[in-house]
Amino acid sequence: MAYDYDKYIRPGKLPHIWCPGCGHGIVLKGLIRAMDSLNLKKEETAIVSGIGCASRLPGYMDCCTLHTAHGRAAAFATGVKLARPEMNVILVGGDGDGTAIGGNHFIHACRRNIDMTYVIMNNYIYGMTGGQFSPTTPHLMKASTTPYGNPDPSFDIAKLAIGAGATFVARGTAFHANQIDKLIAEGIQHKGMSVIEILDDCPTTYGRRNKYKSVIEMMNRLKEVAVPVKAAEKMTAEQLQGKILTGVLYKADLPEYCAEYQKVIERSQGGAK
Amino acid sequence: MSEEKKLPRIEIIEKYCKGCHICVEFCPTKVLEMKGFVVSVKDLSKCIKCMQCELRCPDFAIKVYAE
Ligand SMILES: Cc1ncc(C[n+]2csc(CCOP(=O)(O)OP(=O)(O)O)c2C)c(N)n1
Ligand code: SF4
Ligand code: SF4
Ligand code: SF4
Ligand SMILES: [Mg+2]
Repeated sequence: MAYDYDKYIRPGKLPHIWCPGCGHGIVLKGLIRAMDSLNLKKEETAIVSGIGCASRLPGYMDCCTLHTAHGRAAAFATGVKLARPEMNVILVGGDGDGTAIGGNHFIHACRRNIDMTYVIMNNYIYGMTGGQFSPTTPHLMKASTTPYGNPDPSFDIAKLAIGAGATFVARGTAFHANQIDKLIAEGIQHKGMSVIEILDDCPTTYGRRNKYKSVIEMMNRLKEVAVPVKAAEKMTAEQLQGKILTGVLYKADLPEYCAEYQKVIERSQGGAK
Repeated sequence: MSEEKKLPRIEIIEKYCKGCHICVEFCPTKVLEMKGFVVSVKDLSKCIKCMQCELRCPDFAIKVYAE
């Protein structure tokens, strides 16, 4: 049966503004299915973003939404979560928003292990502003600001999140649409900071410049490059050359920030140590 | 003997479709085709109701009613 997305879509907001074939729409649908599968209530769910094409996502959601300043989603979301710990707090945004201007907020939200879920749409570029390179633009790839190829090495967002202290880290792709909802749902259920990186496409500012002839070529690349963690266990280093692992990459059970902060409150009042 | 396979109904919301080709390309049985800038159903009888088109469409533009 056709899926009823309207349940969580803000009335009158479609069609969305994203370009033909932009994967952000696929991620939006995955997020809706994840929320629906857990029966999350709109009034108990905050969706928070910064700035960018990806960060336009909350505008389409019929929930409590915050569209904040560039790179600052994690800071605002932390405020929401500490003030209302009973709420489900979901951050969404792009690679530029989350790992360039917002990199600092990102790593510290991970370090605190605050109970939020961050869905980061990594299309390797600043899509909204016309295709400047981002911290995830692969080495030698082209952007408007690296017309001769990017000299920088790139961030691996999932590794960055694990290194910074996030306790649930997963990766999916816009091609593997039926996995997106499952990863996000598992992240929402996890108690602590969850980071779900979705490898995405920006045909308009990245694909064109890098000689992907079409959206389909970009989708096929995602299809070919992704290897589920389970399958990777049986593969040799040679076979894994150039591949990217998908699925749940890391999970740990460690003290969560709101709970720790509650103890601070109690200690200050002479209660529990 | 009408234990015939029941065909689904495929709804295309033309004002949402941006003509990205994703549904056409990844339909395993090539049910869909582009007609100008929007998608249309070429051969409904081939549809195996896998829902891949609906799942991947970034634009909420195609729905498969299988029951
Ligand atoms: C303080 C500030 N600096 C720069 C900008 C310009 N700006 C808007 S969106 C963006 C990058 C967005 O890239 P990303 O987060 O990857 O999202 P995408 O558009 O690729 O989905 C930039 C640099 C801004 N809005 N505010
Ligand atoms: S510019 Fe890129 S990221 Fe932005 S909507 Fe278009 S395809 Fe998507
Ligand atoms: S449901 Fe599957 S077989 Fe039918 S049109 Fe969609 S992708 Fe093709
Ligand atoms: S995937 Fe959606 S937007 Fe793209 S051509 Fe098919 S129906 Fe249209
Ligand atoms: Mg981006």
